Amino acid sequence: MPNQKSDIIKKLENEILELQGYRAALGKIPMHIDLGPINEAFPEGRFPVGAVHELVSAGMVNQAAATGFIAPVISNLMGDHGVVLWISDCRTIFPPALKHYGIDPHRVVFIDLKNQKEVAWAVDEALKLHGLAAVVGEMADINFMASRRFQLAVEQSQVTGFLFNKKERYTTNACLTRWKITSQPGIIPGELPGVGFPCWKVELLKVRNGRPGIWKVALMNGQFVATGQEPVAIRELHRKTG
Amino acid sequence: MNKRFVSIWFHHLETDWFVQRQPALGQIPFVIATPGHGRLIITAVNRLAEEQGIKKGMVLADARVIIPSLHVVDPIPELSKKLLQKLAEWCIRFTPCVAIDGTDALLFDASGCAHLWGGDVDYLTAIIKRLQERGYQVRVGMADTIGAAWAIARYGKRSPVIEHNKQLNELAELPPASLRIEQELVERLYKLGLHQVSDFISIPRSALRRRFGQAFLLKLDQALGNEPEFMQPVVPVTPYQERLPCLEPIVTLTGIEIALEELLKKLCHRLEKEQKGLRCARLQCHRVDDITIQVEIGTNRPSRNTQHIFKLFENKLSAIEPALGIELFILEALKIEDHGHGQERLWEQQGGLNDTGLSELLDRFTMRFGSKCFHRYLPDEHYWPERSFKQVISLQEQPTTNWRTDHPRPLHLLAAPQAIEVTAPVPDYPPLLFRYKGKLHKIVRADGPERIEQEWWLQQGQHRDYYSVEDEHGQRFWLFRSGHYDAAKTYGWYLHGFFA
Repeated sequence: MPNQKSDIIKKLENEILELQGYRAALGKIPMHIDLGPINEAFPEGRFPVGAVHELVSAGMVNQAAATGFIAPVISNLMGDHGVVLWISDCRTIFPPALKHYGIDPHRVVFIDLKNQKEVAWAVDEALKLHGLAAVVGEMADINFMASRRFQLAVEQSQVTGFLFNKKERYTTNACLTRWKITSQPGIIPGELPGVGFPCWKVELLKVRNGRPGIWKVALMNGQFVATGQEPVAIRELHRKTG
Repeated sequence: MNKRFVSIWFHHLETDWFVQRQPALGQIPFVIATPGHGRLIITAVNRLAEEQGIKKGMVLADARVIIPSLHVVDPIPELSKKLLQKLAEWCIRFTPCVAIDGTDALLFDASGCAHLWGGDVDYLTAIIKRLQERGYQVRVGMADTIGAAWAIARYGKRSPVIEHNKQLNELAELPPASLRIEQELVERLYKLGLHQVSDFISIPRSALRRRFGQAFLLKLDQALGNEPEFMQPVVPVTPYQERLPCLEPIVTLTGIEIALEELLKKLCHRLEKEQKGLRCARLQCHRVDDITIQVEIGTNRPSRNTQHIFKLFENKLSAIEPALGIELFILEALKIEDHGHGQERLWEQQGGLNDTGLSELLDRFTMRFGSKCFHRYLPDEHYWPERSFKQVISLQEQPTTNWRTDHPRPLHLLAAPQAIEVTAPVPDYPPLLFRYKGKLHKIVRADGPERIEQEWWLQQGQHRDYYSVEDEHGQRFWLFRSGHYDAAKTYGWYLHGFFA
């Protein structure tokens, strides 16, 4: 009897998640994207695919940090034949460098447009297309209307969208998560010279139905690893956005 | 299918044009005269002057004897050629294949066209009426061969239409000149008492050849349809073309959309049958006021998807201004490529670069933002960072070499390196401090240098020594020193990229 009760609760929970835009994440083939310590922030411990993620990144340095953090995720989404659309109005991405993060640069199609209006239209169209691995859009800011359209589009197509918010303006929007990535001094194993493995402070400011928090992670050989010195700090942030 | 040709003879082409320009000339006899050999020779005559016996080629002084008040107009060089070219292009509305025939006639290949106007006679009536509205007096003839149509247009006395395979009967009553032979030969035939085609049609061919030559027999055979004859259209006919003439001129966007859908359905059905796909298509709208508007679209991969092609056109339809109405739509596939049967998929799979959905999406982007809006890159074998990748247009092209990962490369690269101020120990150490955009960065850790030399066969200049550095906040940059340290201070430090 208690077993049945927990089953019913589980079922109801899943239904609620589905209503909240996690439909793709609960789809038939769960895609395993390992974010190391950050996994526990998400419902079911899985990174939500088929949703729109917002990456707050003002300035070139932060943008590079955000790109570096999200690139391994995109690489996982792409698999062996996936294609990514990278939509931007002032692109500075250096294609050969994507290979360092496991993305085949020749499977990325860059769309270079003139202004934000065109970018918003193109992102919307791209998110509607079935069969893309991911869509990356470099946006100046994401307004509520646009983000809701994107969310509706990905619910149909199950494409994962990553939107850079380059103005660092925190507006209310319908994105499933909001990330802020800042660079941290790199990790060097032992006493070796050089810059070492890239390390970031990952702030998950908002995640629907999950637990927002702050982590320090390093990317070592394609794996996200919590850096040892500090304990993982999870605290409640922006509770009302959830 | 049997061929049908229409010959249109503008017997007063140039004078009709002058009458349009100066309506007063329509009421008086006038001629166009060109100076030659110290006298004025008449090159064109209007109807009133012709009725009084003035002919082309007469000397103006002789004509003045017949009509003392004869009005003379100066010729405009190349006028008839230009007029015929313009008329030929205008006549595309009657048939896709129009040719210029000599200096005063047009030739249509009207095979399969006449039924759209309700039959041969109605077709010719429509042509005459429309040309009359433009101010041209014409005589027309329609037959199975070019020669017979030509003859009936000029010399026919009864119906301008020669029924299918009846050219022998009809031509028999016409004079020998109707066979498009030289004047000298015509005179010789008259001298021999052969005033009609029927007089010599039954003479053995060997006898005719001996007396009048092979060329004469050829013309005779061409007129009767025993020898093929070809015409050269003014506008080359695109093999993949669909036409939609409208009974009433179309003035609304909905009308244009319906027309386009109809045309696309027909064209795509044909492409489907032949296993082809179009890469480039053009919609021409012929307006009532003689203006043609056209819109063009292109696709990245051969396509025969009606909905997709319609979507590409959709953005451009608003550019079509129907004004008084569009009476003819022509859809042409300008570029065709092989495109096999796409297999129906039972389930949607993770589409790669070959996915039709992707190429259709890119087509839509291209239509909206221009052809330069999307880029795809392949590795190029250069160490110089800006040249280490190359752009490709095709979505299918695969890299022939691997992307290099043996040296660190920044995720974001500035389009042009930006000069920075540094404090650096000489000779080969990374900087201790640098100032970028007014902000001081203290370098804590660094890697390098990685020296990249100029490729002298491409570009001259100084080499670069790259360092990847990290400042006290953990921000990682890609810096380089251009050139060696020297007394003249030709070197400089630059920021080129940002690591994650």
